[in-house]
Amino acid sequence: MNDSILTLILLAPLAGAVVVALLPDRGKLPAWIALLTSLGTFGLTLHLPAHFVRGQSGFQFEIDRPWIENPAIHYHVGVDGLSLWMVVLVGLLAIAGVVASWSSIKERRKTYYTLFLVQQTAMYGVFISLDLMVYYGFWELSLVPMAILIAMYGRKDGPKAATKFFLFTVIPSAPLLVAILWLYAKTGTFDFAQLQLYVASGALPVAPLYWVALAFLFAFAVKVPIFPLHGWLADTFNEAPVAMAMVVAGKLGLYSMLRFHVGLFPVQARQIAPVMIALAGIGILYGACLALVQRDFWRLLAFAALGHLSLIVLGIYGLTFTGWDGAIYQILNNELIDAALFVLFGALELRYLTSQITAYGGLAAKVPQTATLFVIASLAIIGFPMLNSFVGEFLILSSTFSGVSRGWAVVATLGVILSAAYMLWLVQRLFYGPESQMASSTPAGDLRFGELAILWPFAVLMLVMGIAPTAWITIIETRSGPPSLKTSVPSTQAGQSAALSEGSQP
Amino acid sequence: MNPGDSLRILPEIILTLTGVLVMLIDASLPPGWPRRGLGWVAALGTTVALWSSLWQLSLPVGTGFYGTVETSPFTVFFHVLICGIVLVALLLALDTLPENSHHQGEYYALVVFGAVGMCLLTSAIELLVVFIALEISSISTYVLAGYRKQTGRGPEAAIKYFLLGSFATAFLLYGIALIFGATGSTQIYEIAHALAPMPNVPNLPLTLASLCLMLVGILFKVSAAPFHVWTPDVYEGAPSPVVALLSTAPKAAAFALLLRVLYEEFPTLHSIWVPVLWIVAVLSMTVGNLAALRQQNVKRMLAYSSIAHAGYLLAAFAGLGASGVAAACFYIAAYAAMNVGIFAVVTLVSGYDEKLPLVRDFRGLIYRSPALGSLLIFFLISLIGIPFTGGFFGKFYSFSSAVGGGAVWLAVIGLLNSGLASAYYLRLAFASAQRPAEETANAPVHSTPMGIAVAAALLFAAAATLILGIVPDKILHASEAAAHTLRPPSEVQVTPPVTASARPNP
Repeated sequence: MNDSILTLILLAPLAGAVVVALLPDRGKLPAWIALLTSLGTFGLTLHLPAHFVRGQSGFQFEIDRPWIENPAIHYHVGVDGLSLWMVVLVGLLAIAGVVASWSSIKERRKTYYTLFLVQQTAMYGVFISLDLMVYYGFWELSLVPMAILIAMYGRKDGPKAATKFFLFTVIPSAPLLVAILWLYAKTGTFDFAQLQLYVASGALPVAPLYWVALAFLFAFAVKVPIFPLHGWLADTFNEAPVAMAMVVAGKLGLYSMLRFHVGLFPVQARQIAPVMIALAGIGILYGACLALVQRDFWRLLAFAALGHLSLIVLGIYGLTFTGWDGAIYQILNNELIDAALFVLFGALELRYLTSQITAYGGLAAKVPQTATLFVIASLAIIGFPMLNSFVGEFLILSSTFSGVSRGWAVVATLGVILSAAYMLWLVQRLFYGPESQMASSTPAGDLRFGELAILWPFAVLMLVMGIAPTAWITIIETRSGPPSLKTSVPSTQAGQSAALSEGSQP
Repeated sequence: MNPGDSLRILPEIILTLTGVLVMLIDASLPPGWPRRGLGWVAALGTTVALWSSLWQLSLPVGTGFYGTVETSPFTVFFHVLICGIVLVALLLALDTLPENSHHQGEYYALVVFGAVGMCLLTSAIELLVVFIALEISSISTYVLAGYRKQTGRGPEAAIKYFLLGSFATAFLLYGIALIFGATGSTQIYEIAHALAPMPNVPNLPLTLASLCLMLVGILFKVSAAPFHVWTPDVYEGAPSPVVALLSTAPKAAAFALLLRVLYEEFPTLHSIWVPVLWIVAVLSMTVGNLAALRQQNVKRMLAYSSIAHAGYLLAAFAGLGASGVAAACFYIAAYAAMNVGIFAVVTLVSGYDEKLPLVRDFRGLIYRSPALGSLLIFFLISLIGIPFTGGFFGKFYSFSSAVGGGAVWLAVIGLLNSGLASAYYLRLAFASAQRPAEETANAPVHSTPMGIAVAAALLFAAAATLILGIVPDKILHASEAAAHTLRPPSEVQVTPPVTASARPNP
């Protein structure tokens, strides 16, 4: 089981997609199949933390088989402390995605769920691939179902938003591919671990390597997104079906930064870190300020996401061990809470048919469950103690303050305060105050069983992750740490172990 | 001449006999009888020719007819490719040519005679035979381009194609004359031998002039910029099933000729033609993509896209020796598969009379015909170059050979171009994925019913595109075998890559 589990996880959604594509498009049949597939795949992903050998660094559940002989592309997959929880997260969000689509997707369910499941496979692939070409394949593949679904199910002008999203993400992957090909031309391998050794050995010319690292970073920065490359985000959030919008930003880009930018080019990452920290700081403030003035809750969520993701980028490029713990943990928190918010916003829009904040007001009495869950999620995302984001934000902010720069820590804290302001204000405008005309005239029910069945576990998870983060952090900490200054000198076992030993000294 | 020689042109003989047979049956059938069966005869003959050229692999590599034709893995690769394309084009025509057309028999015969010329073009190693083969293939395509005589555009396309085409062939012929003057031979290997002493090539000005003239003639045939202006007009005016053939098979043959001329005839002038092709490649892809962005007519758009693809393909020529040839061969196969596929879909959607030629006419295709819509999107995704399709590996090999040859900037420009190109491919893809507009939803939709022949054609093209994208190994081996039978310029050893075992020392 251990030596094929990752292949199973990768193929399960694809098999589900084939089944959906072959069966007739009748009623909710495709949705049920997608739900069962997602539940099954999530069950498979839980195998990973259950059988992960804690306290052992390096990759586990590895599979390494030649796929294409020349150029030497291997089907090489594996997970470590960095990617393990990401895989589980993809599985969990898939369920939330199906629930969010359950009533909002009313036509062409077959096309929708086929593409939805293909998208899951692509995302699993990104997180488990250890061969750069396989990784790049899944990275690009993840764009296609996303773009088509945005075009088909966009709220107003889907094709425009989809084209914008696609171009924004596909053009930066051109330099990325050239960079990967350059590495291959110089080293003859696409394998992550081997490339890490080559780069650390210093055998490659330094000047081109700088550009190669920059090409990697650029592709990832657009995908996160980082200020000023966030142009696609608001339109995509505004147009995309809920289940797509909740996975489009954040984890793919952030994970890739950790693994393939900082992980592969530690020296270059250290050079560029001050720039990234500054951009992250600007992004935190900029996102929070713009979120304050949005009239549409999807756009508000988009700029809120920009701010929160920038905070994680700050944690990553602070290049401290605690900062990384916080950043990785915060990716999980952020995606979890965002997913909950997306489901809630989707439920509101489905019932009241608008995303204009001003149309709402005084809903708490009519839809009490929605209001309660929304408040919990809002408190979680602003970093309320005892809830999950608090842990991640605290780790990032404290490590920035003590290890990187007090100034940026102050800026980031300011952003956290602002995020509390816009979220609480939003809660007030949506659920409290006098009942708006629309709220009183539209007969609308509270959350349905499916939505409750996913949102309450999410809320409990937020609490558990806030109280007992060690259960997650112990696995996260088996990853390799951020590069220390020492790793720029070739060491006996290259980057990985040197960084680890440095990290274990507090 | 020994009797074994005829085995060296066995596929050409079979194709010729098939063509003659089709013409004779056509003439002896009373007028008014259905002539659809002739298409099956032609398809059968083409299939036999395909197998016979595979059988030729068992012949020893060598020449026949006093050193005018050759059989080698290179010729077999292109024979199989061309016969495959012609087969798909015949199957496509079987179901889409109007039933009452009086010229069906001629159509099939012309396609088969064109195939004779293209096949001979790839196996000829004597420039006069090359010229004859080129004329055989060109004349049948000139006629086919003007097949829709009812509209004004058909004859216009044919005359443009004919005038410009014969002009370009004249350039080629003049080039042949000059190289005969310079070296006293028209046999490719003898010419290469005469030009061998590199530092002082005999009759350098004459040789250079010949190289340039031959390049003009061949680049016209592959529709590379700046010799591309005929392409959009001809593609627009010619019937779609003809364009499916026109945009792939003659181009494949012309690329084979280009490979032969550059790598076998002028290998010593490597340092001169590489920069020339660098410029032509960049020009083709940029001009093609920029012009395609503005097209509303689907066939014109795909015409410009094919110019861009010629550019991506020429990028492979910047690679070193065998890897460049193999990449070019692979790209031709991938390009042919997806392009013939997409024109098949366009034929079925717009019909033979082309009542629906514009991008906006494709709106809602996936709602009207899910199968055609999905296939269209699939082929477009492959043309964009998304992983797990043939188009991706084509680009991948082409640009990886360019990067391997040191042309990093060519790869950057090429991949940025392919990112840009996704804008117009997506426009078509999204149009067909969109919900149909209200006013056209009820309008009678012209669509050709899908018969068994055309279904088989689509299946071939889609399967080939997918197989080239997932398990490209076999085709890659074939193209490498093909590459090794061409004698590439001596490979310059670049800095040897560090081997995997060479771990950095402490």
